[in-house]
Amino acid sequence: MAVTTAAPRRLGRLERPALTGVLVREVVNFSSFWRSSTFSSTVEPTIYLLAFGFGFGSLVSKIGGYDYVQFVGTGTVATAVLFSSAFPAMFGTFVKYKFQRTYDAILAAPVDTEELVTAEALWIATRAGVYGCVPMLVAIAFGLDPAWGMLTVPLVAWIAGFGWACFGIMVAGFASSFENFNYVVSAVLTPLFLVAGTFFPLSRLPEWAQVLGEINPLHQCVELVRHAAFGFDGWTDLARVGALVAFGLVLWRIAIYAMERKLVD
Amino acid sequence: MSGSLAIRMRGVVKRYGAITAVDGLDLDVPIGTCVGLLGPNGAGKSTTMRLLTAQSIADEGELEVLSFRLPGESKAARAQCGVVPQLDNLDVTLTVQQNLLVFTHLYRIGRAERKDAIERALRMANLVERRDTRVDKLSGGMRRRLLIARALVHRPRLVLLDEPTVGLDPQVRQEIWALIDALRSEGSTILMSTHYIEEAQRLADTVIIMSHGRSVATGPPAELVMEHAGREALEVFGPPARLAEVEADAGAAGLRTRRTGTSISILGVDSNGYPIEGERRPANLEDVFVLLTGEEIA
Repeated sequence: MAVTTAAPRRLGRLERPALTGVLVREVVNFSSFWRSSTFSSTVEPTIYLLAFGFGFGSLVSKIGGYDYVQFVGTGTVATAVLFSSAFPAMFGTFVKYKFQRTYDAILAAPVDTEELVTAEALWIATRAGVYGCVPMLVAIAFGLDPAWGMLTVPLVAWIAGFGWACFGIMVAGFASSFENFNYVVSAVLTPLFLVAGTFFPLSRLPEWAQVLGEINPLHQCVELVRHAAFGFDGWTDLARVGALVAFGLVLWRIAIYAMERKLVD
Repeated sequence: MSGSLAIRMRGVVKRYGAITAVDGLDLDVPIGTCVGLLGPNGAGKSTTMRLLTAQSIADEGELEVLSFRLPGESKAARAQCGVVPQLDNLDVTLTVQQNLLVFTHLYRIGRAERKDAIERALRMANLVERRDTRVDKLSGGMRRRLLIARALVHRPRLVLLDEPTVGLDPQVRQEIWALIDALRSEGSTILMSTHYIEEAQRLADTVIIMSHGRSVATGPPAELVMEHAGREALEVFGPPARLAEVEADAGAAGLRTRRTGTSISILGVDSNGYPIEGERRPANLEDVFVLLTGEEIA
């Protein structure tokens, strides 16, 4: 056994080896189910894109000066981010906690809840950053013009994905059973998904819905991606990035709090 | 202070609402020994195990693991502990080797030593041939062995085993005992919780009998038997009415008895010729266990 007299008595918070350990577990596991996960995270928004783009697109040709397919193609990036972050975070966290008891194993190692939650969110954010680009690539295949600004889309999707991942982990942390998720999906995610400006601009909605839309992080993501494709809007977009970062940071802390309550008694 | 102790608990209390799961527990695990925590279900064994990894935080008392004070220094302590949980939490869609690989990262083994660590764990658990098998294709015994090997990849100074053979076939139990015994003979420090008396008797240098969240007796198994149950017991068989009579007589004679299902055992009959027919047998740890933790099952 190595001499351990030099070992520090109290290890730091958010240590890199702890984050790496949890991330390695996710990456190795991902290698065994990446097909199904990639399928569901990319096919679903693509279906939305095609159904709305061509369905509604035949009725409405232009919205806010954009072709409807391009409008929806950029908007569904946010949908892909949501579907590949909030949902896997909610269900994955609950399954790993309750059924697979994975978190018991990880917390018995030199990893604290804070590091566990952070690493899980980082990993889901990274997946969302990649999957989020798929609808845009599909839209490009259907005639959306590539633009340099689009190179920022993975980053935008990553930041938004981090926030939604933390949201999902938080929900799983507070939920006592799978059934609780129904309330969150129906009362929170579905409305936010619909008033994000993905399929129709918020400017046509009643004022209260517009206000709601403006504080919807999904809407910030939709706008940023659309502007990445069609031209940025200076300070306003910077403020939107700030709002997404703030959303991520606040939800990150709440997710840690919720999981600490759940995992450490 | 506590340099020769791997675990030191003093007056530890853990409450869950109105229930006190651990109630003033004192516990010592000297380095290089195997200590068995023996108690009926609900005695507080699993809570004690969770306290040692700071997955539960004590309400009162002092806890030291490898001379790190808990819960503040728990992460440093956990880096040098290996934990075998009661419930299997392997990643079932991964192979044996992938499961071990993940834990070499979680336990911060350097890149250069990772491969050796995995090989050593595979050999120890006798799973070299199964390295590429997915966990959900393994037998129950192999999964248990992997669970133990996974806890040993980083050569921990202290191993915590929570009910290592609960729910296993007798054959598989033997395999696991052999594995734990091999660890012991290498001089590992082990704390093992169990409610199987034979397991504690065979594997533990020291047994701590727990009841209602506290330790009620501590010592090497043989000494505990001598101290609490004497050398021999007299086991009397008969119909229930007869057994009740025997029980009353023995009680009147100042001897302790315990029900053994179909019979009654009269303890401490070593020297005096007790005037009742029955089978004489050596007293055992089960006698002590029942005497100290009560006959009623909570």
